[in-house]
Amino acid sequence: MEFTLPEKFDEFADARKAGFLRVKQIKENGGKVAGVFCTFTPTEILDAAGFISVSLCGMSDETIPAAEAHLPKNLCPLIKSSYGFAVSDKCPYTYFSDLIVGETTCDGKKKMYELLDRIRPTYILHLPQGHDSDPVTTWTAELRRFIRYLEEKFDVTITDEMLRDAARKRNVEREARLKLMALQAQVPPPMSGLQMYRTMEGTGFMFTHEDRVQKLDELRHSVEENGNPDAWANAKRILVTGCPIGGVLGKTVQAIEENGGVVVCHENCSGIKAAYQMVDAEAEDIVRAIAERYLQIGCSVMTPNSYRMELLPKLVEAFQVDGIVEIDLQACTPYCVESFQIRELCDKMKVPYLSVETDYSQSDSGQLSTRIEAFLEML
Amino acid sequence: MKYFIGIDIGSTCAKTIVMDGDKNIVHRLLQPTGWSSVDTAQAIHDNLEEMGIPMEEATVVATGYGRISVPYADKCVTEITCHGRGTCFVYGTNDLTVIDIGGQDTKLISVENGMVKDFIMNDKCSAGTGRFLEVMANTLGLRPDALCELAAQGGNTSISSMCTVFAESEVISLIGRGEPKENIAFAVVDSIVKKVASQAGRLALGKTVCLTGGLCEFDYLCKSLGKKLDVTVHTDPDGRYAGAIGAALSAMNVRK
Repeated sequence: MEFTLPEKFDEFADARKAGFLRVKQIKENGGKVAGVFCTFTPTEILDAAGFISVSLCGMSDETIPAAEAHLPKNLCPLIKSSYGFAVSDKCPYTYFSDLIVGETTCDGKKKMYELLDRIRPTYILHLPQGHDSDPVTTWTAELRRFIRYLEEKFDVTITDEMLRDAARKRNVEREARLKLMALQAQVPPPMSGLQMYRTMEGTGFMFTHEDRVQKLDELRHSVEENGNPDAWANAKRILVTGCPIGGVLGKTVQAIEENGGVVVCHENCSGIKAAYQMVDAEAEDIVRAIAERYLQIGCSVMTPNSYRMELLPKLVEAFQVDGIVEIDLQACTPYCVESFQIRELCDKMKVPYLSVETDYSQSDSGQLSTRIEAFLEML
Repeated sequence: MKYFIGIDIGSTCAKTIVMDGDKNIVHRLLQPTGWSSVDTAQAIHDNLEEMGIPMEEATVVATGYGRISVPYADKCVTEITCHGRGTCFVYGTNDLTVIDIGGQDTKLISVENGMVKDFIMNDKCSAGTGRFLEVMANTLGLRPDALCELAAQGGNTSISSMCTVFAESEVISLIGRGEPKENIAFAVVDSIVKKVASQAGRLALGKTVCLTGGLCEFDYLCKSLGKKLDVTVHTDPDGRYAGAIGAALSAMNVRK
């Protein structure tokens, strides 16, 4: 399948590399950098404090051996890779980070952050993990503690108005992402889900609000004009859910799209799951409004994780999904356990479901591709 | 005559089925895959030509992990779809559960109305596969079929490691402890059955459960599996050809 891609795609793919140089420049001009890992990081607060946020999630198995000098083997590859990059000094973003912000999401990450703190100052936000016992109040207090920490440590002032302004801007970005992702609801979809994912990932390496919104809008217009739905006319429409998959795209999303499928919807971290909730920027208590927004992310660290269960059926309908593929990273306890409930949910919706558990190595690529191919043949 | 050929290149054995247009099986070929799927595919091609099959006119579907190494195939279909289809053909029913214990993987496939509805396949680990049996048989100085026969006379021993490598050292220590061979053989088969049964727990088993793949000829293994799953496990001499049969049937739908 050969077709010309809008030139904009390359800009996104290069964004990560070009980002290194831009971050260096930002630092040289006195800017501050926060390294972040997770969609739970309240970026509005970092924006208001004058930090740029950059994602430090490790996507390659290259640094895993270095990580395994300190971390156990049977730990999620994302955690090991991320730590490996930091400990072997291979990640310029970690190197440039004035502060790393982590959340108590899963146990693996939480304990890894303790070690990461020895390399770069790491601030841990304690994320409540349930919907009862008023988690919003707890999380709001936690965010206020973070605001005070930033103000004292970095000698900045964070006003409510600054937070509102940041929230409005982040909302605009979220809208821009949603509009771009919504294009895939068309039948057939205009673009490959692999490129869509890379685009979403790429925005994590663009450091101004204006840049991100402009690029997302430009890309959307260009897909609207030059997209190629004919290329996907007979492809089965797949929704991908589960763990962050930046490190396993080739074995999973690419395998789906090379074997007769097309990923029309990414429900996971870089996709819709963490983009569809807006902050009520006009709320009386803006910190509380921010807290409320983040607690609506349907991550499996939450118990019960009702937001994921509610979102999936809506996406199945909106994107006219033929099948759901859950991609979990090895040793990711919350997602691997929750896959049982997702299978049940799919049975109820009568949508075929495949779950795969994988890591960053290539050793299972043959078997994975057979399973994915067989799943697509089944649809 | 126009022929439909299904070639299933597995990790251990290559199976070939030649069908005529009325779905009659006219030839069955079985050979070791060896170390090169490409050479095996060529050898199959030469064999078929020698047998007088006009290969230019025939429609060929390849399956199994070596399916991409068959340059003359008109189409590749995964072994999961082929095993589902082929097993339905062998047993003459469209609703069944297939348990395929292959050389390097074990698959459970649930088929409804002749279509694959759901499946489970082990990931890269070789526990509960033909390879596991082969490694243990080698350690005991037996052929895999002899191991299964001997197992019927054993009991009271178990291997706790699922991993082939660890289980092998466990077997070696059992040998060192002077445990009778039949008891060790029993433990090996029991370990495979347990592993397959634990996979089966994740899939709703249908009324008819059929074992395919190379191990389906081992009577004792089938019986133990049936006992563990509390179902009758059906076998058929054509069980090991199920994938190739499914591929040959798929060839009938390929427009050439």
